Amino acid sequence: MTELDLTLDGRPISARPGQSVGAALTDAGVVAWRTTRRNGRPRGLFCGIGVCFDCLVTVDGVPNQRACLVTARDGMKLETGDE
Amino acid sequence: MSETYDVAVVGAGPAGLAAAVTAAEQGLRVVLVDAGRQPGGQFWRHPDESVPSTDESRGQHQWRRFTGLRDRLRALESRGSVTRIAGHQVWFLEPVAGAGAYALHLTPTVASEKTPGVPALVTAVRLVLCPGGYDRQLPIPGWDLPGVMAAGGVQALLKGHRSLAGKRAVVAGTGPFLFPVAAGLAEAGAKVVAVCEAGSPAGWARTPGGAVAVPSKALEAFEYAAVFARHRIPLRTRTVITRISGADRVESVRLGRLDSGGRLTGLARADLEVDLVATGWGFTPSMELVTALGAATRVDVDQSLVAVVDAWQRTDVDRVWVAGEATGVGGALLAVAEGELAGFAVGRDAGRPVPDGGTRRLQRVIRRGRAFARAMHRAHPIPAGWRDWLEPETTLCRCEEVTVGEVCAARDTLGATDARTVKLLARPGMGWCQGRVCGFAAAALAVPPGRDLTAADLAPMSRRTLAAPISLADLAGDDHG
Repeated sequence: MTELDLTLDGRPISARPGQSVGAALTDAGVVAWRTTRRNGRPRGLFCGIGVCFDCLVTVDGVPNQRACLVTARDGMKLETGDE
Repeated sequence: MSETYDVAVVGAGPAGLAAAVTAAEQGLRVVLVDAGRQPGGQFWRHPDESVPSTDESRGQHQWRRFTGLRDRLRALESRGSVTRIAGHQVWFLEPVAGAGAYALHLTPTVASEKTPGVPALVTAVRLVLCPGGYDRQLPIPGWDLPGVMAAGGVQALLKGHRSLAGKRAVVAGTGPFLFPVAAGLAEAGAKVVAVCEAGSPAGWARTPGGAVAVPSKALEAFEYAAVFARHRIPLRTRTVITRISGADRVESVRLGRLDSGGRLTGLARADLEVDLVATGWGFTPSMELVTALGAATRVDVDQSLVAVVDAWQRTDVDRVWVAGEATGVGGALLAVAEGELAGFAVGRDAGRPVPDGGTRRLQRVIRRGRAFARAMHRAHPIPAGWRDWLEPETTLCRCEEVTVGEVCAARDTLGATDARTVKLLARPGMGWCQGRVCGFAAAALAVPPGRDLTAADLAPMSRRTLAAPISLADLAGDDHG
């Protein structure tokens, strides 16, 4: 199965077809991709099923997407950021 | 505006799938709305069906029950008896004045994954709500570190994406769900250094109404015992994580011992080094749609807010039925039975003949399943001492970063005596997740010592004006069809 090529702040990340962005980041060893507004704490996946909104990420310029729910697509540009 | 369906089923997990196919097979026109892109819910979450796979069933239980329901659903969809709207959430639900119908306002689960042709609004005469649930959480010092995940999230990564969330894991909390998560992690190659069960459930499987009454559960427990032995996974009962430590991700956990009353009696001498904490304390049903309609609720044995339903899954709101975890957390097979019964119940309401024997059998299965669930909940209570290991600076609300100390101050010095006032004063549950994660703990902390948790305490943390976040453009553009 061909891998998909994504980037996280320009860094290459690969994903298997059908995986979520959050799963691809997990496989790449990335556990945090945003910091919180009040205390600047790192956050990544927590509930993993779309409930908690901890894993928000900017996808192709659209902010605040739940990484656990967004399906990885070839060429997708992910950006970390502050809440 | 499009047609008004005979019934709208919300949720395509075990209960919703069973309800939708049963209702449609009675000849009712069904719209099935589901947040997921493919049916199965959380219990039967599986890899993307559009990608060829030879191991779709890996890590699953009761998988043939699912494929049977999915086959029926596909046949009904191809005949036009069921319209399935996948990847969409109901963000607002209301009766249509004078029309004898309900309006379901829909929004894509993922904004960038809009499906062409899906309406912003569907209407239906009857509603079957099968919203499922998610892991219940309690705050632990350090639980906001990356690498701490809900047990269900760890499971979702394994079952839905074949991703392993860590290499050295501890699985902790309470309830039988910890077992499949630990087993799944070990089978996928992680080292599970401990499963920490706060309860002491050694005897519960033998209690009347316990696992012995439900043979499939006893069989599952047997399978897990084999997996635990093969991977040398230590099960520590009456044990909790009292602190999670790390610089910018999880590095270690400290364990504590509980007495038979669930109070902390001592700490382990050495911390466990881990890179993954999978935790959960039973489940919280998704109650926003049930409470939005004003249906009667109660506090279940596990202290969850759940819908009150009659012997046919009907609520006290006209033409609204609820099935699955939202009537009481009880697992997938009970949810299937409730969904099927609700499917027959809406058929009966629509004047279809209903098989007497079949529905009586379902009602028996449900009564037995409920007795099993009660026994399970009693064996896996929230430990009485869960506040013992909290610190004032422990994060309670992860979204708004409200601490335990701030919530206790709202209660003790600002005079709040209920969750709603605590929420207004200290703002737990006011962020992105709207209290889905911290709601139970915030409600419990708001209750003055000595008073039991009531439905009135839990309801403010379960009610959400908008059941799913939507953009202002969608809000403005929604013109009621």
